[in-house]
Formats: sequence, C-alpha cells, structure tokens
Amino acid sequence: MTAQIITVTSGKGGVGKTTAVANLATALAADGRKVVCIDGDIGLRNLDVVMGLENRIVYDIVDVIEGRCKLRQAMIRDKHYPELYLIPAAQTRDKNAVSASDMKRICNEIKPDADFILIDSPAGIERGFRNAIAPADRVLVITNPEVSAVRDADRVVGILEAEEKGNPSLILNRLNPALVRNNDMLSAEDVLDLLGIHLIGIVPEDEAVIIGSNRGAPVVTDARSRAGQAFRNIAKRLQGEEVPFMDLYSQGGFWGALQKWTRRK
Amino acid sequence: MGFFSRHRSAENAKERLQLVLIHDRTDLSPGQLEALKDDLLKAISGYIDIDPQAVQIRLERDGRSQRLVADIPLRSVSRRRAG
Ligand SMILES: Nc1ncnc2c1ncn2[C@@H]1O[C@H](COP(=O)(O)OP(=O)(O)O)[C@@H](O)[C@H]1O
Ligand SMILES: [Mg+2]
Repeated sequence: MTAQIITVTSGKGGVGKTTAVANLATALAADGRKVVCIDGDIGLRNLDVVMGLENRIVYDIVDVIEGRCKLRQAMIRDKHYPELYLIPAAQTRDKNAVSASDMKRICNEIKPDADFILIDSPAGIERGFRNAIAPADRVLVITNPEVSAVRDADRVVGILEAEEKGNPSLILNRLNPALVRNNDMLSAEDVLDLLGIHLIGIVPEDEAVIIGSNRGAPVVTDARSRAGQAFRNIAKRLQGEEVPFMDLYSQGGFWGALQKWTRRK
Repeated sequence: MGFFSRHRSAENAKERLQLVLIHDRTDLSPGQLEALKDDLLKAISGYIDIDPQAVQIRLERDGRSQRLVADIPLRSVSRRRAG
C-alpha cells in the first residue's frame, strides 16, 4: 500500500475546504479505503468538529513534531469507520511550529499504511498553505461561484503552476442552480473557462451541509442530500472511477416531476 | 439603477473576472499596460509609418496562458506617395 496524498486548498477562507476534506475522507472510508486526514490549519482547528471527533483529542500534530507522542497516538479513529483517522491541528501553538519538511516526514510515515492522506489547508498563501501543499501528490482547489473566491483560486493555481505541483483539479462548491438559471450566478462553465483547469466536481449549495456540521456528521452520510451525492461522486473520481456529473438543473417538485414524466419515452 | 441592471449579474461577474485575472496573472496593472502600448507605438514609429489610431494592442487569454496581441496596420509606401 502506498497512499495518495491529496491537499484541499482555496486561497480564500470559508469556501468549503474543511467541509470537503471531512466529506471526501468519509466517503472514501465508506468505500472501504484506509484514510488519514490531517488538519493543517494550525491555530484554527476545525476538522475535528466537522467530523464530530472533538471529544477524542488527546495529542495533536505539534505534539508529534515536538516528540511528545508517537504519530499513532495522535491519530484519532473515527466513530463509524475504523479505517478513518484524523490528525488534529494544534489549537494554541504558534504557526511556525510546523514546517514543510515536518509535513513530508509525517506523510511518509503514514504512506505505507493508508490508501489516501487528505490534508486540509488553511486560507491564504503563506506558510500554512505552503506546508499543506508540500507533501501533496495531487491538489484540489476549491472555490465558490463568486468573483473574489474565483480570483483567489486563480492566484493559488498560479502558485501551484510555479511550484510545479502538477495540474490541480477544481471543486466548485455552493453552486445555486436557481441563481445560475436566472443568470445571477457564475455557471460552472464560466468558472471553468476563467480558471482553465480540470473539473473534478460541482457541489450544490445545500442546507444539509450545515445540519451535518451541527451534528458532526459529514453530509455524505445523508443518502438524500444532493451535496452528499456530489461529494460521494468526487470520492469515486479520486479512486479513478468515471462518474457522470449530476444534473443540478433539473427542477424538483411538481413541475420537475411533470418535466421528467413528459421527457420519458 | 434601472430594472434590468439588477439582473443578469453573472455576465458582470464574468467580464470583471476576465479583466482582473489577466492583470493578476501578468502582474501588469491597466496603467502599466497603457504605458507599454505608448512605448511600443513610439518604438515602431521609429522604423515604419503607422496610424496610431488604427493600432490595437491588448492582452488575450488562452486557457491558462496570456498573450500580448498587437494588430498594427501599416501604411503602404505607394499610398503614401499618392497621398
Ligand atoms: N455546499 C454547501 N452548502 C451549504 N453550506 C456549505 C457548503 N459547503 C460549505 N458550507 C458551509 O460554509 C461554511 C464554510 O465552510 P468550511 O468548510 O469551514 O470552509 P473553509 O474550510 O474553506 O474555511 C461552513 O459553515 C459550511 O457549513
Ligand atoms: Mg477550514
């Protein structure tokens, strides 16, 4: 076994990095993969609460780096999936406690025993971001269909190009199909045309994401959620499967049912 | 603001992003681009006769790369003599 290391990053904060890491990791684990997530957002630990694991934390990544515990001891096992682990960020320590070579060393140690290592990057393009991308085999850039988020994503893609980190893939998160239909939101086509990178998934705006994060249960565990389906599809694509993109524009409700019915042969 | 201007803001977003990204990627501000155009025109006019009004110089996007595209109609020598 040798794990593929995937970093999720965005430039702008609040676009869905942590949500994406929690959901992709959970979906991969549900597919039987062995997954280790690393929270790279030192000082702003969050992946633990999104995954519902905050009460289990004893050691964090800085404890590993500074030799206060073994790597194994800082790996928190998920409540539902025995082969899903989280290495939490340190909450109180200064950001300079972690370096790019620390991240590489930790990943190298995990690599033989996992299928995927998922790294949650902090916002920005400074040290924490550099640490998060340093060990990556593959980078997923996540953005929202908004001017500032797309602009920041483009900056990040430019830096990844300059660092020769391979071609990043795009997750477009919080797309609102009704707004796109009214021409009041950038469409997936618009964003792809602007950024000029490979698309790995489109996740719709979905209140189930917020409900899931309230409960500490990533939305992929909700079989009916559209966002959950979108993240499950991305997880399949990360495993090399070809999965068609969801039709986000088909309308629900009576008219949607009618349209589907009339479309049927 | 009129009724229609409140709508179709996606086009607005896309046009603004197209410009912003080009300047971000090239690290060239709109002002610097104007200065570059003036310098280019000056340099070219030192060798050939051009009509500055007809010249078009712009940054174009092609996937993730940018190019500086110049369309510079040249005045032909015979026309100049005739004129
Ligand atoms: N597809 C979505 N639909 C609705 N809310 C979302 C979606 N994705 C993320 N969110 C919400 O957006 C907020 C920011 O997400 P988060 O993953 O913390 O972003 P980041 O890690 O990039 O700062 C959270 O409150 C999260 O629940
Ligand atoms: Mg986050």
